[in-house]
Amino acid sequence: MEILVCVKRVPDTAENEIEVKSDGTDIERDDLVYSVNEWDNYAVEEAIQIRDNVGGSVTVVTVGDDESEEVLRREMAMGADNGVLLSDSAFEGSDGRGVAAILKAQADAGNYDLILCGAQADDGAGQVGGMLAAMLDWPYASLVNHIEIVDDKKIKVGREIEGGNQELNEIELPCVLSIQTGINEPRYVGIRGIRKVASVEIPVKGASDLGLDPATVGEAGAKVKRLDYFVPELGEGAEILEGSMEEKIEKLIELLKAKGGLK
Amino acid sequence: MAQIFAYIVHKGGVIDDTAAELAVAAKKIDASSAVTAIVTGSGADLDTVCQEAAKLYPEVWKFDNQALAYPNAEVIRKLLVDVLPKDAVFLVPHDTFGMDLGPGLSIKLDVPYVPDVIEIEAADGSTFKMVRQEFSGMAHTHVACDLGSGGVITPRPGVFQPEEGAAEAGGKVTDKSGEAGDLSARRRFLEVVEAEVGDVDITKADVLVSIGRGIEDEENIELAEELAEAMGAVVSCSRPIVDAKWMEKSRQVGTSGQTVKPKVYMAMGISGSFQHLGGIKGSPFMVAVNKNPKAPIFQVADVGIVEDILEFMPEMTEKIEELQ
Ligand SMILES: Cc1cc2nc3c(=O)[nH]c(=O)nc-3n(C[C@H](O)[C@H](O)[C@H](O)COP(=O)(O)OP(=O)(O)OC[C@H]3O[C@@H](n4cnc5c(N)ncnc54)[C@H](O)[C@@H]3O)c2cc1C
Ligand SMILES: Cc1cc2nc3c(=O)[nH]c(=O)nc-3n(C[C@H](O)[C@H](O)[C@H](O)COP(=O)(O)OP(=O)(O)OC[C@H]3O[C@@H](n4cnc5c(N)ncnc54)[C@H](O)[C@@H]3O)c2cc1C
Repeated sequence: MEILVCVKRVPDTAENEIEVKSDGTDIERDDLVYSVNEWDNYAVEEAIQIRDNVGGSVTVVTVGDDESEEVLRREMAMGADNGVLLSDSAFEGSDGRGVAAILKAQADAGNYDLILCGAQADDGAGQVGGMLAAMLDWPYASLVNHIEIVDDKKIKVGREIEGGNQELNEIELPCVLSIQTGINEPRYVGIRGIRKVASVEIPVKGASDLGLDPATVGEAGAKVKRLDYFVPELGEGAEILEGSMEEKIEKLIELLKAKGGLK
Repeated sequence: MAQIFAYIVHKGGVIDDTAAELAVAAKKIDASSAVTAIVTGSGADLDTVCQEAAKLYPEVWKFDNQALAYPNAEVIRKLLVDVLPKDAVFLVPHDTFGMDLGPGLSIKLDVPYVPDVIEIEAADGSTFKMVRQEFSGMAHTHVACDLGSGGVITPRPGVFQPEEGAAEAGGKVTDKSGEAGDLSARRRFLEVVEAEVGDVDITKADVLVSIGRGIEDEENIELAEELAEAMGAVVSCSRPIVDAKWMEKSRQVGTSGQTVKPKVYMAMGISGSFQHLGGIKGSPFMVAVNKNPKAPIFQVADVGIVEDILEFMPEMTEKIEELQ
């Protein structure tokens, strides 16, 4: 099975405090620690497991800049066979639709049976996978937490729905799936693994290599424009307890007693 | 202004809370528009759902077909592409169905898609400014988009709260089932597998000590268990703890886990994503302990403490034990 996995380089929210710049044009990006979008790691792990079971290859692709190459290398160190970087100044300012259109061009250039995306990335949008599927006119399932290969024409997928219930579907290949966290346990990648793929050539493709009209992607093609970042005026929020650790705990215990949280 | 449509999520003959919320969101786009509710399904329950929808919307379009018995987004997308007018503005909640339907529908209708919206403001003519959150709620953004030729918007569930005691819309139900075209799809629904029941029922607990990614390591869960024991509480958790297989799925609080209604909720090292908060009902007294003073959880908690939970929890356990 030929599998394409779409991955995005994102600021690691577990590692960083995200601060909005004072002029609201962006977040403070200096000193941010970046990593692969959490959901995409699960997608790559799943692709590797499928390949190891039924044969084929795994290609990881990202739309980004030079620095995005590092996430491709990381996923190749996990076990993906190939990496492709889609990069061009014409891609800047793309909305989700633009990113999907760029990825579609890569999909058209290959011969994939299965495309995996993450369920969502740092924008919390969860849009690229479903858009890509519709552009390719392939069937789609989101929030996939189980994949079973039936034969080379169809697969069975579980979708995670409300309450932790699972919706089982049969879906024809080729198809696009967006992967939910928890579907597997992504393997650990050590420094040594990264070093092994450090010198592998990663092809870079721009708009003309992909046969893309620059007017359909980037800022020019965006139907939705991000205007600013801001910090909302908040309501009262929590009463923050001050003092030493001991004082905070004492205050909390008093409050909890009053609320029935402590006998 | 374009005609606005709202997709009604329902299950077992009962309409979802989001049905009323979408009506509120629609009013923010056009207060004078007669918004149409779209109800799809099959069988006897469907009329009950339509009656309920008609209390909220002046127009209800009913699509009754065996192929719509389960809401398969791939099938419903085909239906919508056939029946929606060219410049429709279509609202569907940002839940597991809306996330499945929305992106692809926007491509097929060739209209803008604005996901997970928490506020809608009129800007200029048919251009709207909408508020979204990024980076797990740590930053807010305004996005602009022209809805003049239609759009697909997925409002976040629970945000657009209807006013109490609003007048009933007294809507008209029109059976549009005959307008459905081919409803076959290359994805077929098989069955729903219910979540497994765990050894501990967190939904019955009065006090929950709930741990998130801030627990850092599986070994540290002990610290939460000791605190819970001292407090007479039960340990629950956020999703990453279950994804890491450190706790059972039945302990997960949130939209894709359990819905809990405790008196006291102690969020330990949890950032406060809407999917997590969506599983906490009944306005418990919420305590958040987090080492990041800007963590979004502090906006919703009653009491906040900026500390490292790995130091905080054992000290609190000790203090409670001293008092006993
Ligand atoms: C409403 C809205 C308006 C926006 N407006 C602007 C704007 O005006 N200017 C601007 O610069 N940006 C803008 N963005 C951000 C930009 O469009 C995002 O990079 C893009 O939407 C994809 O990221 P996402 O987080 O939305 O992806 P999601 O759809 O949440 O991600 C799901 C999956 O899609 C795949 N994927 C996502 N991005 C990539 C990628 N780059 N390469 C490979 N695979 C990928 C991954 O598999 C990922 O797990 C906007 C985003 C939104 C939601
Ligand atoms: C469709 C869908 C459904 C989902 N359903 C659910 C659901 O049901 N339940 C759920 O929980 N999530 C759910 N999620 C995931 C959700 O979006 C978040 O990713 C998740 O809730 C984050 O969990 P967290 O707060 O534990 O982790 P993070 O967001 O990583 O937050 C960790 C927090 O701990 C703090 N911290 C770190 N170390 C320490 C320390 N030593 N001491 C104190 N504080 C510390 C950090 O400052 C941070 O605020 C769902 C996502 C999707 C897409």
